[in-house]
Amino acid sequence: MKTAEEIFNQLKEKFENSVVELKSDKPVESFIIVNPLEVDKICLFLRDEKDLQFDSLMNLSGVDDANGTKEKDEKGLETIKGGTLSVYYHIESTKLRHKLTLKTSTDREKPEVVTVTETWKGADWHEREAYDMYGIVFLNHPDLRRILMPYDWEFGYPLRKDYKNPEFYQGMKVPY
Amino acid sequence: MALKTEEMVLNMGPQHPSTHGVLRLELQIDGEIIIDVVPHIGYLHRCFEKHAEAMTYPQVIPYTDRMDYLASMYNEFGYALAMERLMKIEVPERVEYIRVIMGELQRIASHLVALGTYGADIGAFTPFLFCFRDRERILHLFEITCGARLLYNYIWIGGLSHDLHPDFIRLTKEFIKDFRPNVKELNELLSYNRIFIERTANVGLLPLETAINYGVTGPNLRASGMKWDLRKDDPYSVYHKFDYDIPIGKGEKGKTGDCWDRYYVRVLEMEESLKIIEQAIEQIPDGDVTSAIPKRVKPPEGQIYTRVENPRGELGYFIISDGSINPARVKVRAPSFVTMQVFPELCKGFMIADVVAILGSVDIVLGEIDR
Repeated sequence: MKTAEEIFNQLKEKFENSVVELKSDKPVESFIIVNPLEVDKICLFLRDEKDLQFDSLMNLSGVDDANGTKEKDEKGLETIKGGTLSVYYHIESTKLRHKLTLKTSTDREKPEVVTVTETWKGADWHEREAYDMYGIVFLNHPDLRRILMPYDWEFGYPLRKDYKNPEFYQGMKVPY
Repeated sequence: MALKTEEMVLNMGPQHPSTHGVLRLELQIDGEIIIDVVPHIGYLHRCFEKHAEAMTYPQVIPYTDRMDYLASMYNEFGYALAMERLMKIEVPERVEYIRVIMGELQRIASHLVALGTYGADIGAFTPFLFCFRDRERILHLFEITCGARLLYNYIWIGGLSHDLHPDFIRLTKEFIKDFRPNVKELNELLSYNRIFIERTANVGLLPLETAINYGVTGPNLRASGMKWDLRKDDPYSVYHKFDYDIPIGKGEKGKTGDCWDRYYVRVLEMEESLKIIEQAIEQIPDGDVTSAIPKRVKPPEGQIYTRVENPRGELGYFIISDGSINPARVKVRAPSFVTMQVFPELCKGFMIADVVAILGSVDIVLGEIDR
């Protein structure tokens, strides 16, 4: 069983520039910030290293940080420009019984994160959900399609903070 | 001359009685053999997570009820637990005991639906009626406690909406006494039924390595032979005070991790839940169940991932708070959502009729997959 700090030091040694920071100032949970384009290698290392063995992905969630510049149009609806979208990985080792949270942030205008489906197959649908809800593109993902929304949904990504409902969808009025 | 064969695609659902809701399975078949399955989900998508962002923290609770509608108590339990950890609220002991009793009753009720409908899927209709008869008793217990039978809004952040009904303890004891022989009856009727075993043993094998890699949890993981239960492995509430066992699949009728194992683990789990309820009822302390409920829920800035062992597996809540009265993000890690991913792996190489048997054995709830 290892603490987040020990794991952070171990990662820092191996991936010097891709592991950015250990954040533990907020209450409750500390997490490690990593580079979105290197996260696959880091995860593979976390899974296969003998004293880490993170064999299970508990949860993967996209998050809209909403930290860009906010602009209001004439109807009072907000549009966010710039800033970041994030992905959180909650992983655990069922053998060594430790847990870890990883966070990676990517540009809101061109959100790209490397997939971790190679490491944990269970990440597949979670990543599709993050793509569906936030538009985060997971590079090298085997089957990146919408999952919960209709396949032909072309009105944006619902969980973004500046999402606007379309007026019509296939001839049906949406706001009722 | 051999007949020419070719692959074809067969659609199962979205309106199919054995898909337990609105799920479409695109089966790629060669004759009767399944080559691949592509599940299409999202027919019940309500975007709970978007709703949650527009609500205050206590207002989210009724929405969590509607995800896994067969285990609403446990959904509330998980959410309340996450919020209490985020806000560092100390909950009175009596509340914890009542939550555990409700949670375990819910587990039995949920497993009864799983087992009953599984029998009905395979063609045994009588066990379905037996299971629903017993489930009705549990729903009655919930009804006298909080007025609702399925969607309770009972477990609140820091406490409960009502204390127990004066009759609750007596009725629960009676239920336990009557229910034990019924489990035995169910075993004679279904579990050890020759036809049932033929349909389920050695079908839909889930190897342990695959299960862990896909993140499968709950009874489905335990049926593959791993003793993993968050009640013991990541303890929460007062579960550490009780004496109970974690049943795992042993491959009694076929190989470990087949449909029969997944079915039978649930039967055994009901007995363990009864044990917990019995002990909790004996030990339950007095106290006020509403004393720790905060007047204004405004957690500090931060984030938390909390998980509980729901009847279907690991139910996780990932909550990000920006310091206001609305959550900035609520993400639910639904156990059925993860289990559904592994489903194509289970089906490959089996027959079309086995798809129904496998789908019933993993026990999904579409309300939770689609959220």
